[in-house]
Amino acid sequence: MALHVEQVTKKFGDFTAVDNLSLSIEEGGMHGFLGANGAGKTTTFRMILGLLDPTHGTVRWKGKPITYANSPEIGYLPEERGLYPKMKVEEQLVYLAQLRKMSKADAKRETAAWLERFEVPHYGQKKVEELSKGNQQKIQLIASLLHKPSLLILDEPFSGLDPVNVEMLKRAILDFQKQGATIVFSSHRMDHVEELCDDMSILDRGKVVAGGSIKKVKRSFGNLKVRLNMDADLSGLSEISGVEHFTKTKDGALFQIADEDVAQVLLANAMNLGTLRHFAVEEPSLEEIFIAKVEKNHA
Amino acid sequence: MHSFWIIFKQAFLTKARTKSFIITTLVVVASFFLLANIPNIIAAFEGDEAEENMLHVLDETAGLVPELQTQFDLMDSGIEAVPTYLTEEELQESIAEGTIDDYLVLTQNGQLGARYISESANEMGSGIEIENAVQALHTELTAESLGLDDSQVGQLFMPIEFERQAISESSKSQEELSQARGLVYVLIMLIYVAVIYYPNMIAMEVATEKSSRVMEILISSVSPVKHMFAKILGIGTLGILQMMIFGLAGYFSIQTAGTDLTEGFFSVMGFSEVKISLFLFAILFFLLGYFLYAVLAALLGSLVSRTEDVQQLMLPMMILIIIGSLIAFSGISIPEAGYVTVSSFIPFFAPLVMFLRVGMLDLPLWEPLLSIGIMLVTIGILGWFGARVYRGGVLMYGSSQSLKDIRKAIRLGNNK
Repeated sequence: MALHVEQVTKKFGDFTAVDNLSLSIEEGGMHGFLGANGAGKTTTFRMILGLLDPTHGTVRWKGKPITYANSPEIGYLPEERGLYPKMKVEEQLVYLAQLRKMSKADAKRETAAWLERFEVPHYGQKKVEELSKGNQQKIQLIASLLHKPSLLILDEPFSGLDPVNVEMLKRAILDFQKQGATIVFSSHRMDHVEELCDDMSILDRGKVVAGGSIKKVKRSFGNLKVRLNMDADLSGLSEISGVEHFTKTKDGALFQIADEDVAQVLLANAMNLGTLRHFAVEEPSLEEIFIAKVEKNHA
Repeated sequence: MHSFWIIFKQAFLTKARTKSFIITTLVVVASFFLLANIPNIIAAFEGDEAEENMLHVLDETAGLVPELQTQFDLMDSGIEAVPTYLTEEELQESIAEGTIDDYLVLTQNGQLGARYISESANEMGSGIEIENAVQALHTELTAESLGLDDSQVGQLFMPIEFERQAISESSKSQEELSQARGLVYVLIMLIYVAVIYYPNMIAMEVATEKSSRVMEILISSVSPVKHMFAKILGIGTLGILQMMIFGLAGYFSIQTAGTDLTEGFFSVMGFSEVKISLFLFAILFFLLGYFLYAVLAALLGSLVSRTEDVQQLMLPMMILIIIGSLIAFSGISIPEAGYVTVSSFIPFFAPLVMFLRVGMLDLPLWEPLLSIGIMLVTIGILGWFGARVYRGGVLMYGSSQSLKDIRKAIRLGNNK
């Protein structure tokens, strides 16, 4: 495991911001953090970055604590965008990369390449405050990965972007992962996490309420559904054992089932009733899981 | 060390390249040259000045005007006495019309007398010169009538030796003092401006980085303490550079102006007998004062979330500097007062007040050294304390802006 966060707790006075959080990410893995505002995502990131020390627990990157000695290996995109508003784009990207021990010549070359990739090569000599929010975000992402970190921490990288730019940034992040970087990112957009990550954690009030590979989380959450679209009366099928819930829909019916085997039984029975237009086993979306997990906690 | 140097360079260069910095520097330099050349400029506007100093004399004596002229010349007054043949009424009319400024009626009824008539009391200044000249003429005439020879007259008017001496050992001679006073005044002024201007720059800089949130990236790359001190040194270097530019500009502007002012200024300011040690002390106290207040400013700047709040939090610091400057400026005339002595050992006032005492008094060396030592220790403590506050402060965002936040900041930064 490349990044190892073990039973980390952070207290501010009486307030527990992060409560006994554990997390392991393989080298080259991408881990998504889901959580409402104030769930503890940013505090967790700050502890991983070494900006805050945990009250209890340890953070290890390749077996070592993260300090300023290995800060060149780390890249960070803060939740609140952080750039010098009055400094020119190229100048500040080079400055920030130099602080992470990249040489000036390399930084300049990479800056040009990245600006090219994001289709804004002429922005190098512009001041950040002159750019649109979306373009500032591109610069912010470049700032976080220009120095080729092996661990990249992105706090809400896609917030406030239009779909075209989201796509562009997603591609860039995925490519960066392919080059071997380990990436942790947070979002409150479930679809982004679902699309990009293999593993994820749902944070609620400092606690991980669900975590691990997305597949496993979905399986263990249960709540498998079968959607049947046909004209026959399907209410009889709700008697089959393993069907937990039955809802009539416009085009047919939706069944909540205990496990995948029940879906086969349902399909076989349904085919006897008439012409089947549509059959699907639906996994719960992360959104459902998130709402269920978080709301249960708040109730 | 590598990243320290990069931050240092960045703090120095970005500030040095700002329009406001360049304009401020140019304006100050330009105003030096302007001030130094004021006499030349005035002369250029007034053109031919000879007429100004023409004094019309209504002579009721036996032709003493040439002798009066001799006295004017001896006094180097530049006044030209011109006999006039107009009547008094006509002369008064001329004054009313503005064609002449004034006139003198010279009489001799057994004794030399004179009446000086001018349009307004404003001309009275030159009246004194004229009175002195008439008085001198009278003395000369009297001596002549008494039959004294030149050497006897010379003896009669030999100036006495009048010297002021101070008993106190630490006080300087009167001559030294008047020389030192001008220079000390200027240097205290410079230190005062510098410890307000540059630390303010630092506080603004830190607050800007915090409010633009670039701080989070910075301190995840390098330690906040390194960041803070690199910034303080960078802006400090900028300050020294700017002060040097001002110093050179001031020196050359007066040198090149080529007026009477040049010599006068240099003697008044004590440059004719430049005391190198005084300048060294000025630089030393400037640096100490700067570091002391820069660390404090960085600490305060790290507490605010918006640049708008900087001034509010800087107020207590400004008050300290202002009190220090009040003590220093009042101490120029009474450098030996008890409160001046005491406050020269209080670290926040010492850069100004101890420098004043060094400049105005002959202090035993241990006094400035002790004061410098106290300042160094204070800077050390503040640096250590400031770094702790800074570490937490830069991560802290909130609406409340008060000194109470220092405790919160330490708690946040503490567990590092």
